[in-house]
Amino acid sequence: MEIGQELIRVENVSKTFPGVKALNNVNLTVRAGEIHALVGENGAGKSTLIKVLTGAHQMDSGGSMYLEGKETHISNPAEAKALGIGAVYQDVMMAPHLSVGENFFLGKLPYKNGVIQWKKVYQVTEETLKSLNIDVDPRSKVRDLTVGLQEMVSIAKIIHEHAKVIIFDEPTALLATEEVGILFNLIRDLKLKGCGIIYISHRMEEIFELCDTVTVLKDGGYVDTVAVNTVDENILISMMVGRKLEEMYSIKHAPPSDIALEVRNLTRNKVFEDISFAVRKGEILGFYGLVGSGRTEIMRCITGADKFDKGEILIDGSNVKIHNPKSSIKKGIAFLTEDRKHQGLGMNLSIATNINLASYDKISRSGIINLKKEKARAEHFRNEISIKTPSIQQRISNLSGGNQQKVVVAKWLACQSDIFIFDEPTVGVDVGAKVEIYHLVEELLHKGAAIIMVSSYLPEVMGLADRILVMSEGRMIGLVGREEFEKDGHMDEERLVRMASGIV
Amino acid sequence: MLEKFMKNKTITKRKSLSTALLLVVVLALMFIALSISSPNFLSGKNISNLLRQTSINGVVALGMTMVIISAGIDLSVGSIVGFSGVLCATFMTKSGMSVPVAITLAVLLSTLVGVFNGIVIYDGKVPPFIATLGCNTALRGLIMLTTNARMIAGLPKTFTNFANSTFLGIPGLTMVWIILIVITALILKFTVFGRNNYAIGSNVEASRLSGINVRLTTYGVYTFSAFLCAIAGVMMTARLGNGVPTGGVGYETDAIASAVIGGASLAGAEGTIIGTVLGAIIMQTLRNGGNLMGINAFIMEVVIGLLIIGAVLLDKRRKK
Repeated sequence: MEIGQELIRVENVSKTFPGVKALNNVNLTVRAGEIHALVGENGAGKSTLIKVLTGAHQMDSGGSMYLEGKETHISNPAEAKALGIGAVYQDVMMAPHLSVGENFFLGKLPYKNGVIQWKKVYQVTEETLKSLNIDVDPRSKVRDLTVGLQEMVSIAKIIHEHAKVIIFDEPTALLATEEVGILFNLIRDLKLKGCGIIYISHRMEEIFELCDTVTVLKDGGYVDTVAVNTVDENILISMMVGRKLEEMYSIKHAPPSDIALEVRNLTRNKVFEDISFAVRKGEILGFYGLVGSGRTEIMRCITGADKFDKGEILIDGSNVKIHNPKSSIKKGIAFLTEDRKHQGLGMNLSIATNINLASYDKISRSGIINLKKEKARAEHFRNEISIKTPSIQQRISNLSGGNQQKVVVAKWLACQSDIFIFDEPTVGVDVGAKVEIYHLVEELLHKGAAIIMVSSYLPEVMGLADRILVMSEGRMIGLVGREEFEKDGHMDEERLVRMASGIV
Repeated sequence: MLEKFMKNKTITKRKSLSTALLLVVVLALMFIALSISSPNFLSGKNISNLLRQTSINGVVALGMTMVIISAGIDLSVGSIVGFSGVLCATFMTKSGMSVPVAITLAVLLSTLVGVFNGIVIYDGKVPPFIATLGCNTALRGLIMLTTNARMIAGLPKTFTNFANSTFLGIPGLTMVWIILIVITALILKFTVFGRNNYAIGSNVEASRLSGINVRLTTYGVYTFSAFLCAIAGVMMTARLGNGVPTGGVGYETDAIASAVIGGASLAGAEGTIIGTVLGAIIMQTLRNGGNLMGINAFIMEVVIGLLIIGAVLLDKRRKK
């Protein structure tokens, strides 16, 4: 494949789901030897576009796709694969109990007289791995490899399948720093081999380090395609968000009053140590750190989801014992988990049930629920924080991400919580819903709630928090006040990133 | 966007309602067909016989539904039924206890098996399938061991007569079933325990983080299932007139089948008591009708087996 030659081009791609236009006239061209970044907020349509390219979704009529200049129609994932379009997903798609070699040949193991030719399987796999400098025994089981190696192997598998266009969807999300370096080298290798790479990431620095071209999507629409070296981070972000960052995060801060929650010398062996902080009523305390820095684990200990080894927790000035989630809820702590689907909501239950989930005790007498109150409370919160739904009997799985998050908030409001811990509150919600969630936070703040906001998305923490606690590898690196990270109205992001990376 | 929502509003409610409705229609069609092809079918004697036959399995199915809603499974129901039956027979004959005392004690002891299941499943983290499978085998072994696999005869007439008694024209056994249906349905709808069942069946981690006591709920659901099995065991013994060591063998399949035909999902958080009750009656009606029409009983089992698969296939399609 000649470098610079057009590999894949899509024009005017739209995709309509019942009630939502997920993509609206999007264009994308990827050339051989190009690393093409695809950026946009959550909900901008990146995943949908990828699914169209890989045949998982069909585009609406009116759009067209060209492979090496020839008009093509892809109607299912197998076709996409056969045409040389491969994708590496966040959660690696392999059979963990089988060997690397077997995964390479999954579904098409070579055989002779009904006997599988294992020798050939492992030989071919080994050759492919070697050509990419991946040091893995093809006989080892996939589940025995680190996440990083699993990802390398799945990339090798795609190469083995003769992919020309390779899509990376947040490939570094689960990787350690040194693994990221190895991955980047591998991607650059692929580039030299003449593959076209589509690279999706939320991490701006990766895009500037790795990519040649960037296409920006916003709310399902096409914004622009530009060369990476012609833009900087600020330009890119304002293209993605379509508004100035400061506006998005402009919430009214309340004057902080008494200390609501204080944590002293909290330690969970081998996870985090010696964490001390206090959060006041009417204050937002940001928790910033990279994935794996121990932020979520601290919150899980405070809320009784996990046990800690040392330290104490004080609420309203008095020492409390928290044994399990129930006792932390009784003390007024609300934990809005990062993973709504798996830890926050019963997806196939109704809104009404979910809102009351943590507080059925309050509306029942000797175990019998007062159904009138159940309904009344659900309606009350539906109006109070404007959950958009025709009925409180609607299943949660039918709501948008933003509305799901609102139901979680309602659940905790129903418990009369006054300390709110938000763990990555805006993951997986679109920009509009984000702003709504920020307003919700603002409202809580003015009701006198103490708020902890855990986020790995720096603009969000910096935009909202009164103070930011920076974590790195289980330790507190610093506590930075708003006046320190807000310089002449600008934010000193670099400093926080360096702190979080352990470079002070 | 909102209009779109309006169209498929209250999905949960409509779905369970239509499952029940569909089952009622199926049942009605079966009744019509059977009463045409076999004049004896609608006779009071046959209907009360049909209800009597359904009642014991029906009671077991109620507990099973609850377990399935919590995303669990209880394969030990058959042995608990047998255990309770043999216990109450032993207490009445060899121990010479009065009927009420014997029943109470048998039910209490058999219910403890459910507590054991709950502990193994929650605290031991053994998957419910394995825990209750093991319990089923072990308990059956225990029954055989203690009875030497012999029937226990000589039960008091006051006890065995109950199985043939009627109240207001309804068989006594069915009366017990009806009472338990109402109780179980009320628990699921009106109590915190019932709601928690759906919650842990839907998402156990979210439930735990919401302060729901998953341990007690798990204990509760298996204990309740065992309690119902214990009652079913007493009912069965009254009906058979003897303590039968092999009593209740295979009851788990009927109970699971009733729940599944009634719309329960083994993935949890879905299922209703009314659905299960209809599921149980439909299965028994097939058997009864086949019998009346002189169809080979084995053929009817084939039909019932296909019905179970068909019900789930249909359910999956409708959900799409």
